Amino acid sequence: MISIRDVHKSFGSQVVLNGISLEIQDGATTAIVGPSGVGKSVLIKLIMGILAPDSGEISIGDRVITAARSEAERNDIRAALGVLFQSAALFDSLSVYDNIAFPLTQRGRIKNDATQDRWSRLTKTEIHHRVMDMIEALSLEDYISNFPEEVSIGIRKRVGMARALITEPSVLLFDEPNTGLDPLVGQEVYDLIRSCRERWGFTGVVISHELPEVFQVSDRVAMLLNGGLIAEGTPQEMLASTNPAVQQFLNGRIDGPIKIQ
Amino acid sequence: MNAIASTQNLGRMVIDVTESWGKAWIFLFHIIRGIFSRPFRFHLFMVQMYQIGVNSTLVIALIALFTGAVLAVQGEYTLAKFGATAYTGSAVALSLIRELGPVLTALMVIGRAGSAITAEIGIMRITEQIDALRSMAVDPIRYLMVPRFLAGLIAMPLLAGMSIVLGIFGGYIVGVGLLNLSAGTFMGQIYSAVTLTDIMSGFIKAIVFGFIFGWVSCFKGYNCGFGAVGVNKATTQSVVTASVAVLVIDYFLTSILTRIFLE
Repeated sequence: MISIRDVHKSFGSQVVLNGISLEIQDGATTAIVGPSGVGKSVLIKLIMGILAPDSGEISIGDRVITAARSEAERNDIRAALGVLFQSAALFDSLSVYDNIAFPLTQRGRIKNDATQDRWSRLTKTEIHHRVMDMIEALSLEDYISNFPEEVSIGIRKRVGMARALITEPSVLLFDEPNTGLDPLVGQEVYDLIRSCRERWGFTGVVISHELPEVFQVSDRVAMLLNGGLIAEGTPQEMLASTNPAVQQFLNGRIDGPIKIQ
Repeated sequence: MNAIASTQNLGRMVIDVTESWGKAWIFLFHIIRGIFSRPFRFHLFMVQMYQIGVNSTLVIALIALFTGAVLAVQGEYTLAKFGATAYTGSAVALSLIRELGPVLTALMVIGRAGSAITAEIGIMRITEQIDALRSMAVDPIRYLMVPRFLAGLIAMPLLAGMSIVLGIFGGYIVGVGLLNLSAGTFMGQIYSAVTLTDIMSGFIKAIVFGFIFGWVSCFKGYNCGFGAVGVNKATTQSVVTASVAVLVIDYFLTSILTRIFLE
């Protein structure tokens, strides 16, 4: 379980998160939604330990990443995480194969659960087999030796997904997986998330502002606004919500409590 | 009100500059710590040696040849007024070894490879590749900065050495071939005038310039702002800061090294 407790984060005088608390259940996928600029991506970076909160606590399993005193300790907790970035964030200088193999070649070992302290060392052959299995699972055989700029954005997202899954993390974070994609490729990414979750069974956190499309991969939905959590529930509960901000956001209306900045 | 606003602005500027310097020194500390901690990624270091060193050789060779040639023409012209054209060779060699070789090499490497490093790291920053590294438990300082910093530190003296040799060669071609100076006198004066301390002085300068090159270009890229404008600004600042630092430090190094070696 990911537990976010009373997290505050400001940049200078700008308050981004003002006392957020949220529990993300094991095995479920939770969508964190809200208009642009409400701090969704900041929240995901706080979960990754890339940013530190001003106050509050975030734990993954029974380990508190915000209490980690060194980068090595944070890295140990991050071993349980995989991330699909908004732009896929593939390394330009590496081929599709090398991008997917990167987490394994750099770590040389694998750990499935943040709560366990057991690591398995991997040989070069084992890494190769794991990468080829992942390439096959995500139908990337035709792009093995291509570089990121040579493939479409949809394929890049798939490669990003393969790279995130290669260490078999227990938690997968998706930062706006559909931003900038046309509806067909966007749907392909949602299908990919769903099929990967069925196969690998991870806990998912999806950051998105695409409603109601993101509901198809979500078990729970939490909506952020003005630095706080204004609504939380199942997709059905969100659709039926009487909160005017939720309804304004769902229906894409300009008039309402949400002010366009 | 104007006085208060001016004081506030001054205070803000002092805080910004202090913060920026603090960040730069902490960044350097992390790089140096990264050099001495495992894993050492030798293949990444070799890639950077190729990018910074090998890819800079042609442009530095061209500049060195013509700098040596110009020094020979100017030296012969000036020394002829004192009837001392025999010293043209030593004037060319000493200028190149003590000053122009390391400085021109540093400025060229900063312009060519330093801007590329800042832009590359800056783009990795804005496209979340650096965040991706951290999310995969890979330290971006050790993975990206240490190989570039070390390669700059080692490539700079090698390139400066090559630049000095080619500069003297360019001076020799012009001096002996076009200005009809005696080949024996030209080379003989170099042997008699150049001492080990001159070579040491140039070598130390090249190492210090390599250090500045790596530090500034990596730091500016790693801390670049948002979007294309951020990368543009970081790249410009990187080249300007490193170039000015090289010239300012060159003056102080020359003063200090001259005093040390004279004693």
